[in-house]
Amino acid sequence: MSQTVLRRAFLRSVSAFGAAALFLSAMSEGATAQDDRTSVRIGYAVSLSGANAGGAGITTIPNYRLWVEDVNAAGGLLLPDGSRLPIEVIEYDDRSSSEEAVRAVERLATQDEVDFILPPWGTGFNLAIAPLMARAGYPQIAVTAVTDRAPEFVERWPSSFWLLGGGADYSTALAAVMAEARDAGAINNQVAMISVADGFGIDLVNAARPALAEAGFELVYDEVFPVGTSDFSTILNEARATTADSFVAFSYPPHTFALMQQSQVVDYSPPLFYLGVGAGFPVFQNMNAENVEGVMSLGGIDPNNPQNAAYRERHQEVIGAPADYWASVITYSSLQMLQQAIERVGLDREAVTQELATGTFETAAGTITLENNQLRDLWWVGQWQGGTFVGVAPTDREGASAPQLPKPGWN
Amino acid sequence: MSTTVAFILAAAALAGLAVAPLFLNAYGIGLLVGMTGYVVLASAWAMFSGPTRYVSLATVAFFGIGAYTVAVLSETLPYPLVLLCACAIGLTVALIVGLSTLRLAGIYFVIFTFGLAELIRQLVTWYEVNVTGTLGRYIFLPFEGIHIYWQLLALAAVTLLLSWWISRSRLGLALRAVGDDEVVAAHAGINVSRAKLMLFALSATIITLVGAIQAPRWVYVEPAIVFNPTISFLTLIMALLGGATRLWGPALGAVPLFLLFEWLSANFPNYFSIILGIFFICIVFFLPQGVLAKIEGLRRPAGKVPPEDKERSGAA
Repeated sequence: MSQTVLRRAFLRSVSAFGAAALFLSAMSEGATAQDDRTSVRIGYAVSLSGANAGGAGITTIPNYRLWVEDVNAAGGLLLPDGSRLPIEVIEYDDRSSSEEAVRAVERLATQDEVDFILPPWGTGFNLAIAPLMARAGYPQIAVTAVTDRAPEFVERWPSSFWLLGGGADYSTALAAVMAEARDAGAINNQVAMISVADGFGIDLVNAARPALAEAGFELVYDEVFPVGTSDFSTILNEARATTADSFVAFSYPPHTFALMQQSQVVDYSPPLFYLGVGAGFPVFQNMNAENVEGVMSLGGIDPNNPQNAAYRERHQEVIGAPADYWASVITYSSLQMLQQAIERVGLDREAVTQELATGTFETAAGTITLENNQLRDLWWVGQWQGGTFVGVAPTDREGASAPQLPKPGWN
Repeated sequence: MSTTVAFILAAAALAGLAVAPLFLNAYGIGLLVGMTGYVVLASAWAMFSGPTRYVSLATVAFFGIGAYTVAVLSETLPYPLVLLCACAIGLTVALIVGLSTLRLAGIYFVIFTFGLAELIRQLVTWYEVNVTGTLGRYIFLPFEGIHIYWQLLALAAVTLLLSWWISRSRLGLALRAVGDDEVVAAHAGINVSRAKLMLFALSATIITLVGAIQAPRWVYVEPAIVFNPTISFLTLIMALLGGATRLWGPALGAVPLFLLFEWLSANFPNYFSIILGIFFICIVFFLPQGVLAKIEGLRRPAGKVPPEDKERSGAA
């Protein structure tokens, strides 16, 4: 490269950098404060595309839209002085990338200057934005983040809230349900367990192994399968070849659907049949009709709770699809908590955070009071009973249904 | 003399960029972080792939190695040592991979590098599941966007300086010869394997460092997050847009494309992927040699084709 060409290249690029810098400074001055407000600006960046879009599209986005629709239909968010302000939504796609999620939240906080930011879908994304949210003083009501380290995160980011428990909660509750069933003679003390080699599956299985051992169960089959697995016939046949009465799978939706279909094909119907995420999805019931009866999974609802029933009806009506039986109602309830906190203390984010931490809220999931910024009053184990996925554990929780074991065979 | 002027200008631009975040808000700094990250990735990618014309899709393999190294070591080692470890691991992997695969050429190399990213991702997953029993690691380092930006900016300066130095050195000449015709280059007495290996390792080490520096921004990493193949594709398209054989080409591709992506995702979040796809097709059809080459081609009298733009004569 000759020197003149080189210099020209340098000059060109220097001027390009200069233009970029100008552009940036123009952007940083973009947003200005507005005093006479006509709306409450609420922003979120959720995975509308990419690997996480499936989960976000079932649990998170429909409930955000439903809530905004509900609030605005009522005239807007009620403020302490009795006035109402409609919600203005700013929606971004993080494209299932952490870096995008981080930058989208930076944009929401400093460019759009939104009043509140709703959390993204998934444990990793909630953690990625947590330091920013805490620094900018936004309360973060994380729902779709299952983590055993929530107490530590609350200490680190005091304005963060964790509403879906940890892997150990689900596993130990399952072990307790199984122990009770075994003592009643419904199942033997052997378990065949499989788990997906991904964050959530690993968390649950790591907690399940000691919990089952402590409850006196013997693990006769314990396999980890890769995320991409779609053919489970070998696994199911091996599990069937054992003498275990219980089959436990910590799986993701695609595996859950495949396991359910293929166990019917190979006619494997153990007395206790537990599947992972996805067994509470409406489509799971549509695909398997009455064969869902007796299948266990995470989550559940209290079928006699009228608020929850009203919520499910509204979800069906506005979104055009039924809500899932695990995190959907918690997502909607987290928004109701935010709504009620604003109603009590106004739009000051610090006051709202304080109110969320200490207040009591009437939501679609029942009355909610957080303990140390966490929701502990959850359904850890659920079971399909009579066409509804009901909560069965904790057994002493109000509205709990009794687990029905053994599960009926396939039709 | 004009080189000196160019250096002074570049140093002034660098200084300007270094103080820029002091006048920007968190979002502005976030933009600079993302932009500088891709400038380094695209420049490092072009350092090897530009002259040799070996299209590598392994960017995210090394990027992920860097990020994972930080995730594993950040709580046990001081940060500078963690970065050194990341360099060492990236370099080692690059040397092993380079030694065993740089004999591949053309489409075989492309497919191999794409597979490499997936292989490393699966290896990390397997190790985490079967040995450590956790998946997903936390990085609690006290860095804010501005600290990450300064590190990336320094790395960008080093990368461009290295590219400039290589393009003037015997090594750069050797690589261009390899890119034109590998067989002829070998017959002319060039140690083809050594030249390719050195550049591949250097480029991979820089990419590893980008991953290591950016990782603290995400707090939580798992294989699906850090081995996201989109990073490889974006790096490639940025370098191609600017022109992979020019010193400033990749940077000039990365900055406008990054800003365009940002503008698209802020204003058309629901159509981002569609617009992006159309844009990629346009680049490949209308600017196959990059913007810089296009501009130079427009200035040059018709009929004269610069040597870099000639099609490679099948040196597989």
